[in-house]
Amino acid sequence: MKKIYIIVLLCLIVAAAMYTFRYFSSRNTSDATDGKISYNFQVRPILADKCFNCHGPDANKREAGLRLDVEAEAYKALKDHPQAHAIVPGKPGQSELFLRVSSTDTSVVMPPASGNLPPLTADEIALLKKWIEQGAKYEPHWAFVAPVKPGLPKVKNKDWPKNEIDFFVLKGMEKHGLAPNEEADKERLLRRISLDITGLPPTPEEIDSFVKDTSPDAYEKKIDELLSRPTYGERMAIPWLDVARYADSHGYQDDNYRTQWPWRDWLIHAFNENMPYDTFITWQLAGDLLPDATKEQLLATGFNRNHKITEEGGVIDEEYRVEYVVDRTNTLGTALLGMTIECAKCHDHKYDPVSQKDFFEMTAFFNSIKEVGLESTVGGQETFAKNPRMDITKEDLEGVLSFMNKTDTHRLQVSIMKDMDTMRKTYVLTRGNYDQHGEEVTAGTPASILPFPDSLPKNRLGLSKWLFNKKNPLTARVFVNRVWQEIFGRGIVKSSGDFGMQGDLPTNPELLDWMAVDFRDNGWDIRRLVKHIYMSATYKQSSIVTPEKLKADPLNIYLSYAPRIRMNAEMVRDLVLSSSGLLQPIIGGPSVKPYQPPGLWELATSGRGLLATYKQDHGDKLYRRGMYTFIKRTVPPPSMIIFDASNRDQCEVKRSRTNTPLQALIMMNDPTVLESSIALADALSSQKGTTESALTNAFMRIINRRPDQSELNILTEYWKEQDDYFKANPELVEKAVAKIGEYKLKNTPSPDLAAMVRTLQVIYNMDEAITKT
Amino acid sequence: MENELLQHGLNINRRKFLSRMSIGLGSMALGSLLIPDLFSRGGAEEEAGFIPGIPHFAPKAKRVIYLFQNGAPSQLETFDYKPMLNQMMGQDLPESIRNGQRLTGMTSGQKSFPLVGSYYKFEQHGQSGAWVSEIFPHMSKIVDDLCIVRSLHTEAINHDPALTFFQTGAQQGNRPSMGSWVSYGLGTENKNLPAFCVLLSRGKGNGQGVYSKLWSNGFLDSVHQGVQFSSGENPILYLQDPDGMDRESRRKMLDKVAALNEIQLKNFGDPEIAAKIQQYEMAYRMQTAVPEIMDVSKESDDIVKLYGSECLVPGTFAANCLLARKLSENGVRFIQLYHQGWDQHGNLPNEMRGQGKDVDQPSAALITDLKQRGLLDETLVIWGGEFGRTNYCQGTFSADNYGRDHHPRCFTIWMAGGGIKPGMVYGETDEFGYNIVKNPVHINDFHATILNQLGFDHEKLTYRFQGRRYRLTDVAGHVVKDIIT
Repeated sequence: MKKIYIIVLLCLIVAAAMYTFRYFSSRNTSDATDGKISYNFQVRPILADKCFNCHGPDANKREAGLRLDVEAEAYKALKDHPQAHAIVPGKPGQSELFLRVSSTDTSVVMPPASGNLPPLTADEIALLKKWIEQGAKYEPHWAFVAPVKPGLPKVKNKDWPKNEIDFFVLKGMEKHGLAPNEEADKERLLRRISLDITGLPPTPEEIDSFVKDTSPDAYEKKIDELLSRPTYGERMAIPWLDVARYADSHGYQDDNYRTQWPWRDWLIHAFNENMPYDTFITWQLAGDLLPDATKEQLLATGFNRNHKITEEGGVIDEEYRVEYVVDRTNTLGTALLGMTIECAKCHDHKYDPVSQKDFFEMTAFFNSIKEVGLESTVGGQETFAKNPRMDITKEDLEGVLSFMNKTDTHRLQVSIMKDMDTMRKTYVLTRGNYDQHGEEVTAGTPASILPFPDSLPKNRLGLSKWLFNKKNPLTARVFVNRVWQEIFGRGIVKSSGDFGMQGDLPTNPELLDWMAVDFRDNGWDIRRLVKHIYMSATYKQSSIVTPEKLKADPLNIYLSYAPRIRMNAEMVRDLVLSSSGLLQPIIGGPSVKPYQPPGLWELATSGRGLLATYKQDHGDKLYRRGMYTFIKRTVPPPSMIIFDASNRDQCEVKRSRTNTPLQALIMMNDPTVLESSIALADALSSQKGTTESALTNAFMRIINRRPDQSELNILTEYWKEQDDYFKANPELVEKAVAKIGEYKLKNTPSPDLAAMVRTLQVIYNMDEAITKT
Repeated sequence: MENELLQHGLNINRRKFLSRMSIGLGSMALGSLLIPDLFSRGGAEEEAGFIPGIPHFAPKAKRVIYLFQNGAPSQLETFDYKPMLNQMMGQDLPESIRNGQRLTGMTSGQKSFPLVGSYYKFEQHGQSGAWVSEIFPHMSKIVDDLCIVRSLHTEAINHDPALTFFQTGAQQGNRPSMGSWVSYGLGTENKNLPAFCVLLSRGKGNGQGVYSKLWSNGFLDSVHQGVQFSSGENPILYLQDPDGMDRESRRKMLDKVAALNEIQLKNFGDPEIAAKIQQYEMAYRMQTAVPEIMDVSKESDDIVKLYGSECLVPGTFAANCLLARKLSENGVRFIQLYHQGWDQHGNLPNEMRGQGKDVDQPSAALITDLKQRGLLDETLVIWGGEFGRTNYCQGTFSADNYGRDHHPRCFTIWMAGGGIKPGMVYGETDEFGYNIVKNPVHINDFHATILNQLGFDHEKLTYRFQGRRYRLTDVAGHVVKDIIT
């Protein structure tokens, strides 16, 4: 017992020490005091984190009139002590900034000892000192300077790169004494590209033919083939559904039903058509303002009507109308600009040059929609789509909207964007309160990012043009970074929703800029962008990680091996259904309600509305891909949320990736997994052959490679054990293969079959089953 | 030497730490369970300004049980006695009192605002002499253990934003719930149970929904998400093994899964696989631990009598109170109950009696039970809704039937245990029960006080997300020092 205590204690001490060290070393300090100090990469992160809160862009909260984010201001004589200066270039000893952050006197030290910011570390202080000694030169924030395509860097290992991406990545590796991994084996590579491109695993037949194809362009052919499948559009749509906060309910209180899925069908269609990113965004932001807008272009604007809309009786209309306008503005910021502009709703931004006025100028683009805050209440007349909305007719389904999966047009409507005839006046809202009008403003964008040109109309169409202006520093970088994040699990800028001063710095800025400019200059071609990544040697590496690499680059920032990433929630479901043959590969249409533990909706409702009870679907609808599972925002599907899916409350650009016991319980007991085990066991036992061959087949369906001998031994041994067990306990056979959902067993229940069901559950619960390896 | 030590520290990292510990996986798991963010993948430790699992100062409360009265019970029929309203029955609310307060869309169109006094009688109780209405005969007997705060106030006037504000510190936005913050700050005391549990029940009164976003982890790691317990055969989602699979069979199966994962770990070296193996072990242990906790059959007759026989009916508020005690006793940090049915826009005298009956005895029993086990000192219990009710009638008015609309300016909650002063009545409203005249407590203050009792400076319990350090109290909040011991 005593021993355990010691172990626990030791564990805690080491953990605490580790924390302390990590905490104090969390900033980039590796070459803190040698060489030329970079303002952008070394100095600003410190100032932004520790100083700008009180000495930054927010004019209302500025202490002592001192501003440290602007060079001229920081050099000026101090207001309160005109003989002193915050920064005297070259002279740290005369710079108040250095004197104050390095002081041990708690009455003068900065940040103030009484506040909640930790003091600067010794490394940070040394760095500031060196920077001042070197002349204290400021630079504009990297993300606000338009990207320029850099030349390819020189690398030592000239044989490795397969395309431009690899030069940049390899440069980073070589600088840190790392070398790339070997290419992954063909089976694992095929699984990786299949999951990344289509979200579905390859079949055993595909695996065999890909392994056999030894032609030099076998890999590229497979990439092209996968990219041409309609499942590519589904796969690409998933992160965008998070960005667009898409859901099947209105989102407040009793959270009633809405029909916004036609927009989701359009989204899949747009990716499959490989619509250029500039068109893709323009239609979503301003499709209704295009000349002679088609119904497809109107449908695309549903993007900005996916936000939550209240149906709670008694709310104040204007309060919610303003909330919707703010939601659209915030979404613009997070999704397209990678900026936390929502911080400027109540006050000037604390860190970034976005004033409160800038914020409300941006809201002006979205403030003239012909909408109200509360259109109807739950329990009253059901409105599946709030105004402005569009009816979808039979002609549309046969014509311009033929990509939609629906034949019945009864009450088929969708919310879209439409401006009022006369523009609503827009005001700065004091402290962000809907009813406290300040200064009147007109539509505009923050000058610090890119001033809004006079030549553009001050509407959403003009806004789209501004986004795709060559001088816009953010649009291309933000999207390219998110694509990278989706594939590698971590963006080049880790904070994919914050490219501002408090955001993470790019780990490979040249690579980001090269890809951004290349994307922009080649027609914003999304399929070309992703193919370029898949064709790189960087992507094709194996994911084996040696202790040396773990030590040198624990977070795999330099990508000297392919990351192992747990699949997203949708993919987990798709893999299970697809491997068992239960998947219904239907694209689009109204969302479906598969198995869900009973009582969740019922326990949470007041009883009003169409979604008070969960009415599970039947037939094909039980076996659709995860992206079609009905999302009631206030009670989202638990098996998805437990795997870190978004609840679609607001725009999200990054899901977390956790590893929890609840996830283990899902893989152990979710009816979808259990039913799939039964269905697959049933299919396998209809085939001729040995147990080993059946298990190999199952392994190839679920893990998508041949098991090695040790794996096959474990599985065979387990199967035999279970077979004996069921033979000795025949009464348990029926239970082991008992009907879970609607799947009807084709074979007669037998100990063999029951043993196979259990063995398949083992395979489904392997870490590799739900991991991109 | 010092430099070497520092260098050593810098070299140490999570993965290396894990690989070194791979022999003693058990202790590693323990470390990660006590401090859940320790080994999380996203490097959450970088985002925190403190060492998760270690409070800022000595805590007075170790755990919280929050008996949330969903829908907002009227303070005027429960704890805030206003005889003036009975005297002025039917007269219009003076404009000088209302003073521009915004009204919900449900009563803003009303031509008059007739004052209405409580249908129920009030009496003073205990040493403290606190006024409690007759619908709470059991709570009346324990007033000397309670701190009744009559001066809570909020900005929200509708259920969804008001609830969201109470639970997450913001009316809008996907912020972490209070329980998630506590789980993040303190970790769990029991490796077989989640740190943050949620229990739902419903009375017969007019109800408002609850939403799982109220126990969402927001931007915190999803291990801090509230885990909903339900009364069915599956107390935690997916906990129950399929029919016919006994513990031994499950053990055998998981052993094979682990053996296969070990091969993978050996071949790929990813420490995430080791973590996965441990998560399966915890899942297996939860499968035993949770049903044991849920089992009330071993509770003594005295206990059943204390909570009332309803405590044997799964899914009732009484059963949830008893379960809350058991979970708390077993180290669950934050137990959030919601009891629905408190939204009396009409038919108030009738509905509140039923609602009162649901919650009165079990709420009082929980306090008594914790006290007799010596646990009340370290457990903070909170009782209350999301806002108050108006002093005037909504809809048709008669002396024995009336309703009350939402009122954000003042309402009553009570707290007990966990270093809160017992036998105290704090804050005061005017004689109309409309405005606070003494010691207002904003929701931010309330949150700051709870965190304080748990050993946290609410300004320092932060998490950096998208460039900003977020906290439960946003940018405000003061600890209400007057009510803490």
